[in-house]
Amino acid sequence: MKKIARSELNALFAAISAQKQLYIPADTKAGQAQFTLWQDGIVLTDKLNTVRSAKDLFFPQVEQIVNFKVTGKTMEIIENRDVSEPFVVFGVRACDCRSFDILDTVFLADPVDTFYQTRRENGLVITMACSRPEETCFCGAFGIDAANPAGDITCWMDENALYWRANTQKGEELTATLSILVDCDNTAVASMQEKTREILKKLPLNDLDLSNFDSKKLLEYFNADVWTELSESCLGCGTCTFVCPTCQCYDVQDFDNGREVRRFRCWDSCMYSDFTMMAHGTNRPTQKERFRQRFMHKLVYYPSNNGGVFGCVGCGRCLQKCPIHMNIVKVAKKLKEAVK
Amino acid sequence: MQKRIKEKALELLNTGVVDRVLGWKIGEFFYDLTPAVFETAEEVEENFVYSGFSGANLSKYLIAQSRAGGKVAVFLKPCDSYSFQQLLKEHRILRENVYVVGISCDGMLDIEKIRAAGCDGVIAVKENVDSLEVETLYDKKTLNRNDCLLERCLVCKSKKVVVFDEMIGENGEEQETARFEMVAKLEAMSPEDRFEFWRGELSRCIRCNACRNVCPACSCEKCVFDNDKSGLRNKAAADDFEENLFHLIRAFHVAGRCTDCGECSRVCPQNIPLHLLNRKYIKDINELYGEYQAGADMETKSPLTNFTFEDCEPSIIHERGGV
Repeated sequence: MKKIARSELNALFAAISAQKQLYIPADTKAGQAQFTLWQDGIVLTDKLNTVRSAKDLFFPQVEQIVNFKVTGKTMEIIENRDVSEPFVVFGVRACDCRSFDILDTVFLADPVDTFYQTRRENGLVITMACSRPEETCFCGAFGIDAANPAGDITCWMDENALYWRANTQKGEELTATLSILVDCDNTAVASMQEKTREILKKLPLNDLDLSNFDSKKLLEYFNADVWTELSESCLGCGTCTFVCPTCQCYDVQDFDNGREVRRFRCWDSCMYSDFTMMAHGTNRPTQKERFRQRFMHKLVYYPSNNGGVFGCVGCGRCLQKCPIHMNIVKVAKKLKEAVK
Repeated sequence: MQKRIKEKALELLNTGVVDRVLGWKIGEFFYDLTPAVFETAEEVEENFVYSGFSGANLSKYLIAQSRAGGKVAVFLKPCDSYSFQQLLKEHRILRENVYVVGISCDGMLDIEKIRAAGCDGVIAVKENVDSLEVETLYDKKTLNRNDCLLERCLVCKSKKVVVFDEMIGENGEEQETARFEMVAKLEAMSPEDRFEFWRGELSRCIRCNACRNVCPACSCEKCVFDNDKSGLRNKAAADDFEENLFHLIRAFHVAGRCTDCGECSRVCPQNIPLHLLNRKYIKDINELYGEYQAGADMETKSPLTNFTFEDCEPSIIHERGGV
């Protein structure tokens, strides 16, 4: 275990930034936190979490895939993928850190997504344990310990100091270069953890029980009547999917200006009416089917394909940001009542 | 108020005046109410809530609800009623299938402002006339109610429900408002500074379309940006300026029809002050074509779809110092 005084945080960021690009959660002009490329003057936020999740750094909203140039009858393929450089992301919460495991099962499974893979290999994750979780937090429902997050390096912070523990070889290597960190024991961290776990127990959604979601009942969940009621006021916007750390659907689009085709990948949302549009149209004609898809995916399909692991990490972003306040907690509770 | 509104919902269902009631449904917490359709008295008894967190404007739902068979009751706050009337004017809502209960309003609360006031982990709130007693996981705080109102309520333009079948509470009047103050400030900026301001705000857009989808004026059956055959689908912007333009185009599209209900800014997950774009156009319309409030009545023609000899000439742009 190592530590550094909070007054030295800027020096720590400077030392990391001298080696690799460093992203930290900092406040935007609108007073919300967002992962921001650190430079002198960028200050660590005091908000619990960022509005956009940490997945953005590994799976950006838009990225170039390739360009094609057509001259007469020949077509040239121009590689223009973003050359990802080694980077460090600091201040990732336990929930977002777990979301990387979920994204990995999708993007690193055969066929491997090399765009994502490169960023994962280049990225070093420094997590920050929570000390003031909010009422919308329910990471505990997924067995995540907000007081002891994973990542290459784990940090804790109290009024005086930042505590630092390397977990992986990558983390050890970075730690070895930071002489500014001093050794310490884990007394302070243990007491912080104890305090946080007391609060976690008191969270209103702490008792969210998802044990009823059994893939054997897939069709019963799918056909449940409650989807009509749950989805009736859904606006069909993409807020929940875009702030979600585990949503990973994307579309590939071509911009064709007649001489050159630029191929992009961009986030897509199952809440959108043109999502996975096919030649025959769509098999999800109304918002009810689109809405059902999103929650069935997280609560039933994903777990049934991944050994019971849910496609949600309980970060609570959708609870805070849905314009009509419909969210995975309300859906899970209603489904539990509806399917016995 | 909560009690009277709930009783009214029950009465309308029980007496068969309506088949359904459109209102707000209880959530996990005190603040996360969801717009919902209630079909039985039991549902109303159990789940209907009206509070300072019933900010959601229910008007747009009536486009579909007024065509869903039978009659539906809806509760409209003053600003919601402007949206409703504007949709009536555009023949988007079937008036005969809707029973409007107007409700007077003292302003709606913004949970984000409550959080920003240092109340993280909010679990309960008691609404008093001037204050809010907020209980969090960590402590208790008393906040000034006015500091926690939605932006649109701080500059409320009207306490008047402009269309209703009956009122709960006393109907109010249009009122003087400072809603164009920030627009005037932006107008006074140099073009470079103003460009910087908007680039800064709009660059946060994640194109979730919440602003468009919640907007009562954005009621096209299929938006051009959702149509893969339009060539404008624009899921991936060619550059970061294209994203910014989306909002300018949307604001132009609703100009003359936007009632300034403020829902776009309320729902934006990135806290972009989108209402300022709409207000700029409203202010311009007022100045160039004479005072006009969309949704205020059924008769007045919208300046942008009407011609008079007093209309400004294109040279107005030059005269106002534009290029």
